[in-house]
Order: sequence, then structure tokens, then C-alpha cells
Amino acid sequence: MKQIEAINDFVIKFANVNGSGSASANELFAKAILRMGVPVSPRNIFPSNIQGLPTWYEVRVTEQGHLGRRGGIDMMVAMNPQTWDADVAELEPGGYLFYDNTRPIPQSKFRDDIHVLGVPLTEISNTNYSDPRQRQLFKNIIYIGALSVLLEIEIAVFKKLFEEQYIGKELLLESNMKALNLGRDYVLKNMSYPLGICVKRCDNVGNKIFTDGNSAAALGCVYGGATVAAWYPITPSSSVPEAFQKYCDKYRNDPSTGQHRFAIIQAEDELASIGIVVGAGWNGARAFTATSGPGISLMTEFIGLAYFAEIPVTIINVQRGGPSTGMPTRTQQSDILCCAYASHGDTKHVLLLPEDPYECFEHSAKALDLADRLQTPVFVMTDLDIGMNQRLSRPFDWDDAHVFDHGKVMTAEELEAGKDFGRYKDVDGDGIPWRTLPGTHPTKGSYFTRGTTRDPYARYSERGADYMYNMDRLQKKFKTAAQIVPAPVLRKSHKPSKIGVIYYGSTSPSMLEAFELLEKEGIHLNGLRLRAFPFADVVEEFIHDQDLVFVVEQNRDAQMRTLLINELEIDPAHLIKVLHYDGTPITARFIHAAIRDRLKQSDSPKKTSKKSKELA
Amino acid sequence: MTYITKPRLHHPTLQTNKVGYTRRDYEGRVSTLCAGCGHDSISAAIIQACWELNIEPHRVAKLSGIGCSSKTPDYFLGASHGFNTVHGRMPSVLTGANLANRDLLYLGVSGDGDSASIGLGQFANAMRRGVKMAYIVENNGVYGLTKGQFSATADRGSKSKKGVTNTDSPIDLVGLALQLGATYVARAFSGDKEQLVPLIKGAIGHGGAAFIDVISPCVAFNNHNGSTKSYDYVRQHNESVSRIDFMPQRSEITAEYASGDVIEVEQHDGTFLRLRKVDTSYDPSKRYEALSYMNDHHERGEIVTGLLYLDPLALDLHASLNTSHLPLNSMQEKELCPGSKVLSKINESLR
Repeated sequence: MKQIEAINDFVIKFANVNGSGSASANELFAKAILRMGVPVSPRNIFPSNIQGLPTWYEVRVTEQGHLGRRGGIDMMVAMNPQTWDADVAELEPGGYLFYDNTRPIPQSKFRDDIHVLGVPLTEISNTNYSDPRQRQLFKNIIYIGALSVLLEIEIAVFKKLFEEQYIGKELLLESNMKALNLGRDYVLKNMSYPLGICVKRCDNVGNKIFTDGNSAAALGCVYGGATVAAWYPITPSSSVPEAFQKYCDKYRNDPSTGQHRFAIIQAEDELASIGIVVGAGWNGARAFTATSGPGISLMTEFIGLAYFAEIPVTIINVQRGGPSTGMPTRTQQSDILCCAYASHGDTKHVLLLPEDPYECFEHSAKALDLADRLQTPVFVMTDLDIGMNQRLSRPFDWDDAHVFDHGKVMTAEELEAGKDFGRYKDVDGDGIPWRTLPGTHPTKGSYFTRGTTRDPYARYSERGADYMYNMDRLQKKFKTAAQIVPAPVLRKSHKPSKIGVIYYGSTSPSMLEAFELLEKEGIHLNGLRLRAFPFADVVEEFIHDQDLVFVVEQNRDAQMRTLLINELEIDPAHLIKVLHYDGTPITARFIHAAIRDRLKQSDSPKKTSKKSKELA
Repeated sequence: MTYITKPRLHHPTLQTNKVGYTRRDYEGRVSTLCAGCGHDSISAAIIQACWELNIEPHRVAKLSGIGCSSKTPDYFLGASHGFNTVHGRMPSVLTGANLANRDLLYLGVSGDGDSASIGLGQFANAMRRGVKMAYIVENNGVYGLTKGQFSATADRGSKSKKGVTNTDSPIDLVGLALQLGATYVARAFSGDKEQLVPLIKGAIGHGGAAFIDVISPCVAFNNHNGSTKSYDYVRQHNESVSRIDFMPQRSEITAEYASGDVIEVEQHDGTFLRLRKVDTSYDPSKRYEALSYMNDHHERGEIVTGLLYLDPLALDLHASLNTSHLPLNSMQEKELCPGSKVLSKINESLR
């Protein structure tokens, strides 16, 4: 029988029951491999449920550092009877099925082309523990112990991880080590090891950190100086404000009084969340909210107000599958258009597009500066894949010389000196007006903020000329924004090519891997990773320099492609869709196949027929 | 609408208050509301209250929603920053503004459509949180700007100008404020300035969420026979329980207050409220008795006005959150950014 053979390059999937305590055991498994210097990329695939429904944890072990989802399963740890059949079916031929054989499972439930590894986990656990909760929790550690022998993961790294986790709780350290050894001993005595797939120490992790995008975004808000956060619980964004609270509790207390240098409100809904942020931003505090698609829908009226009345607002949108309630625990990039053009009337908003936790941190801090500088809503468009999964990423960095950019705020001294203040007047030619904060000066600089039209001095006006002056100025401001948002990242092909790929956000690691796969077949592509909207001039130049550009994204309607076509007036035939939208993270295999097949259809992309466009 | 432009120059002999401002310094732009609108009387009462309290106008932030009432912040305190937000959402914006800078005074102006219909949720939650503010609803029972539709505070059985009878039960914002934890709750009538000005002063001086529902007749759409929010109806059915005075310091009770029961209560910041009871059996320190008193009178068609409930030592959202005494909007990198050394440690913990 075929046997999958691979060192440091395989995918193992844990099928568990939600609420059984498997998450921390599985994370321990992933971290142990990392500590052996081998990159891993784990993903939680979880239901909208607290207890009882199936949940999976997929770990890609990848010496090459390919952090995207690979697709295909080499080893299944089948701990959930509910999903047994589907889990067994998902295994690649020659793969490994690890299961609890305490109770016999009929032969018909297995496959002939896979390697079956049974360990009596329940029996071992029940023999050694009497408390029901302990039996369950330690069973998880027992299977990690068994796997560590089968896959040759060093026991020393587990010991170290337990020691770090249970500082001052020696009892827990010992009991966990005991459970781990129960699993190890069983395999050592009864089974042959290692398997065809195994882990071998290497040095490819370096100084990288292992964290999730939501925590990273929260930390970015701490570093970026956010003091007010308002939010309403919604998956997959709730852990952003929760992490913000955690970091603030640690780093934002006045050392002499213990008073907080932050205010966090769990509001009654998303309308109030964004309203609080608008109020705080208007009054000069840095404020943010975190939400997901349905929350954005509710916030759109306020987003229009903040755009038109020019109030700094930072919104972290951890995208999930839409529309409506959609797929609350699955990932997508499907809020691009609804955020770029949120609210009625002519509106446009700044979007930042982080690719990983490092950029979640960087862009969230940056968003607070940009919102103040541009006096407008700024969206950090992350998604569930980056937000809720731990990802290997560059370590965070911070320049201590960085000064918060508060933008154009007129001071009492400037007002006193007689500087002209027109709240909605373009005095610097960049479309950005000056503002004053409430309470600044006894007689000068006050104005009335409103969502209705006004003249450059903030006086109510329905005159067409006043309205157009304002709208055109906002347009000019948006052009200014294009010059100061994070620039796109160009990846030139290794051999000359006139075919390009545009991608963004969480698609990034899979795209990088797809470049390699395609290059092996002689397909060379120029890549441009977008990091923000509005688009910098180089985006248009890039598109014009190519004969054909693929736009790879994770939604049904090719939203970024639409935005490019609309904003840059690109011929739609020039931009080919590559769309992945089943709720799982996009894979290199998918991108590779889609691009290869499309290029096979026609050697001359310029002569694209209407029919082939539709096929793409 | 008033067409007469106000002269810019003040009369030199105009009296100034302790901070050197005349009453005119508290005015705003010329009102664009209908002549005789109750809302203009409320604006005048706000002006009077702020002048008497010696508040520097620029230390007030005035926020509103959408509607006739919400337009009024343009017509008073012209030297203050104002924010005409979106319909029914003033409370959240005010909450955020208050969190950003606790040193300013926050005045929320809203209407019955704004607070009881579209914005009921935000009204309720701002009261629950105890945001320090003076929240004034200018309650006329109709939508004025859209020409006379019933709002959620219209009494069941009241008739619209077009003759339609309202069949829905009214939402009583005072009742809700009492239930939801507001710590200063009053009802007033825009036609009774003597009662209204001290109530506004008391609300501004209050340490937590202060709410005043001011019945404010709409002369264009709700001042006819059959309306329960007309000038005539309110005058005939007004049952005042108390008169108050707001005092920066305790002062001697003079003879003019001799009638009725007089109580003085010290507030969170050492200021005093002097309460002159009209109904001597009324006890404004009992939240649920206030509710029941008001409901009993409502059944009889009477509108109870005055200070209905007071917790003089109430604290606010900042106290609950233990936020810094320094305004959050004044903090910079030094106070807010933990710096690169801490970040290295965080990185280390994530390996």
C-alpha cells in the first residue's frame, strides 16, 4: 500500500467536538513543532456554537514556510464520531488515520488505502483519572503524547512549553507531563514508529512570532494611541476589543493613581458603537470599533456622517462569510465594496488591507494616524483567517521616535493670533481642512458640526456652489489619501513576463506559494499586493504594463476587480477573476490551477473572446 | 421664523456675570423655527441657565439628533461647539465625546421622535450608563419637520391636526428614565420659564445622567383642540410637585420660600439644590414612588412637572470605568504608547 512520505511537509487535521478542551492541546501540538524550528500554519475550523458541534484544527507543517492553507489531509486525528465518515473520506490515499480504539469500530468504517493507527485513549485516560472533566482534558494530552512519538516531536520541547505555561503551578506541570507520557509510553510499547511523515528539527522559524491578527490589531490600537473603544460582540471580531482590554489593563494604567488611560464600552449595538467612536473622534480622542459584515451594514449611516462631517474614525472589520448572517465562522474578503462605498450619497472610504498579524498591528496603529490626518473613516480590512488563527509572522516593531499624527488641529494660540478658521475650507491645497476641538478658545474657532450641507465656514447652506465646493474638496482629499496610505508591494517575475497578478490581505501566503508552483511550470507572473484603497498611481501603471492581470480574491463577485475597474477605468477584459468563496481560506493549489488553466485556454491573452472571459 | 437680525453690538450697560459674559454672549444664531414654538422658549431658558451658572460658553459641548428640537443648538451658545448628529443617535455621540474629554459640560438636546421613536434604544442605554450630561427632550408629540405625523409620545386618544386619533399607547420618557437609572429626572413645560430655568441649572450641575422632558407645544401641528400637548391643555393639566433652586453654595433660606416644605440637598461636588415642595407629600428621593405618583396622575389626565427624582450624590460613567482625571484627548505618546522595549517583551512571549 502506498504510504505518504514527507519530512516537515504535511497536513494533519484534528477532528474534535466543540467544548471538549481540544483547542489548547492542539495548539500545544503546533507550538511544539514550531519550537523545533519548523514553521507551521494552523487553522481553526469551528462552528457557530459553544458546545457539541464538530470543530477541526488543521495544522500545515511546512519547512518551506508556506503559511497558506495547502488543501488535502495527510493525517487525520479522528476524535469525533459525528464526523467520522467525512473525516476518513477526506484523507489522501496513503495517509494516516489516528483514532481512539477503546471501542471497536466496524471494518466497513475504514478505507483500504489508508494506514490506521488505533490507540485506546479513553481506556488509558479512564484507568489513570477518575474525575470526568480530567478524563476528557487529559485524553487530549494523551493523544498529543502518542502523536509526538509517531511524528518524532521532541519531548523536551513539550516540557519547556508546559514549564512556561504553568509557572508557579508545578502540580499542573507534572500532571500534564504525566498524561503526555501515558500516550508516549503506549506507542513506544505497542506500535511501530516513526511514520512516513515526521518532524525533523531545522532552523526556519528564526525570530518570528506566533499570534493571531485580532490580538495584533488590538495591540496596534494600544501603540497607536487609541483611548476610546466601543464595540458590540460579533464573531469573528470580538477578540479585538477583548485583547485591547487585556493589553490596556496591563499597559495603560496611571502608575500613581491606578486610573485608566482608556475607556472601553460594550455598546447596545453597532449603531451605538460607531456613534461613540464618532463622538470621541470629534472631541479629539483616538477611537476605534471592531466589527464584522453585519455590523458594517448597521454602521453605514454614521460612516456617511463621519465622511461628510469629516470626523476621524477607525473601524477594524474582521470579515466573515456574507451576505446577511452568512457564514459567521468562515472567512471571506466580501466587504470590500460595501466598505469602500459605505453609506448613501457619494462616499468613498480609506481601506487598509493587512496580510498577516504583523500588518494587523502596523495598519491598526497607522489607521489611527491616517484617520486623524485625513479626518475621515479608515477601515482595517482583516478577515477571520488572519484574525482568529495563530499565524507565524515577523515580530512587531515600533519606532520610539514616532509621534502621533493628529493632523490639522488648530490651537488656541493660532486662533488667538488671528489665523483664519474655515472648518471646511481647503487652505493647503490638499483638500484637508483644519479643525478645532470643543473647548479650545472662549470666542474663536467654535463651529456647528452637521451632516447637512454647509459653506466653507460651516454655516448651513443648500447653495449648489457651496455643496459642490465641499464635494469636490472631499474628492481632492481622497486623492491626497492615495499618496499617504500604505503603498502596494511589487513582486517582479523572475523571468520577463507581461502577465500580472493582483492580490491582497489573507490571500498573500497562498499566492506566494502559487507563484512558486507556477514558476516550476514555466509560468512567470508579476505580482502586486494591494495594501490600501484609494489606489496609488503605481497600481494603474502596473495594470497598464501587463497584457493581462489576474485579480485573486475571496468573494463571489470579484469586488476588488470591480473597484479597480471603477476607480481606474480599466477595461474589464484586462482583469481576469480568480475567485474562491466557499468560506475556507484560499489555497495555493486553487490559485495555481485557476491561473494555469486560464492561460492554457489561449496563448494570446490579448485576443480574449467574450466566451473565455466568462469562463474565467 | 424670526426675520429680524439681532444687532451684533451689545448695549454697554448690559449686566455681566461672574465670568464676565453678558446674557447675549450665550445666544446663538437666529432661530428658524415657527414663531411661538415652545422650543425657542427652551433655548431661551438654556441661555438664561448658563448665564446664571457663570459657565464659560466654550466649555459646553451641545449635541443633538435630527428634527426641529435638534436644530435648536444652533440658536443658543454660539461660542460652543455643536454637533447635529444623526436621527436618534445623539446619546452615543455624546457618550463618546464625554469619554474623550470629561472636563467639558455636555448638553444633549433631542425631541420625542428622536428619543422615543427612532432613538429609544440609545436614550435607554445612555441613561443606564450614567453618562454625565443634561439631556433635554423637547417633547411636542409630533413630527414637525415632516408636517405633523404622530410621534411615540403622543397620548392614546389625542387627535392630530388632520383629525386622526392616535390609537397607540404613549412612551413616557420620564418613566423610562426613572426605571433605567437616571439620577436626575424632571418634567417641565416650555411655557413655564420660572420652573424650567432652575431645572436646567440643576441638570447641568448634576453629577450623573440628568434628564428633563419638556412639554413643548408645536404651534404648527399640535396646538389644537384634542391635542394633549397644546399650550392650553398643558396649562390646564399641569400639576407641579416642586420648584427648585440651584445654588453654587449653601445660602440662607429667605422668607419668600416660606410656603411649603423646603429641603436642601448637597450634591456630589458641594453645590446645593433647594427644593420647594408644592405637594408636601411628595418625596423626590424615592425612585419607584415617583414613578407610581406620576402614573396615578397621568391616569387622571394630569401632567406632573417639577423635579421628580434626584440622587444628589450620583456618580457617572467615568467613575464606573475608573478613567483618568486627565481628559483622554489630552494624552500623548508618553501616556499611551508602551514603547519598543515592552514590544520586544511581547514578541518574546509570542515565540
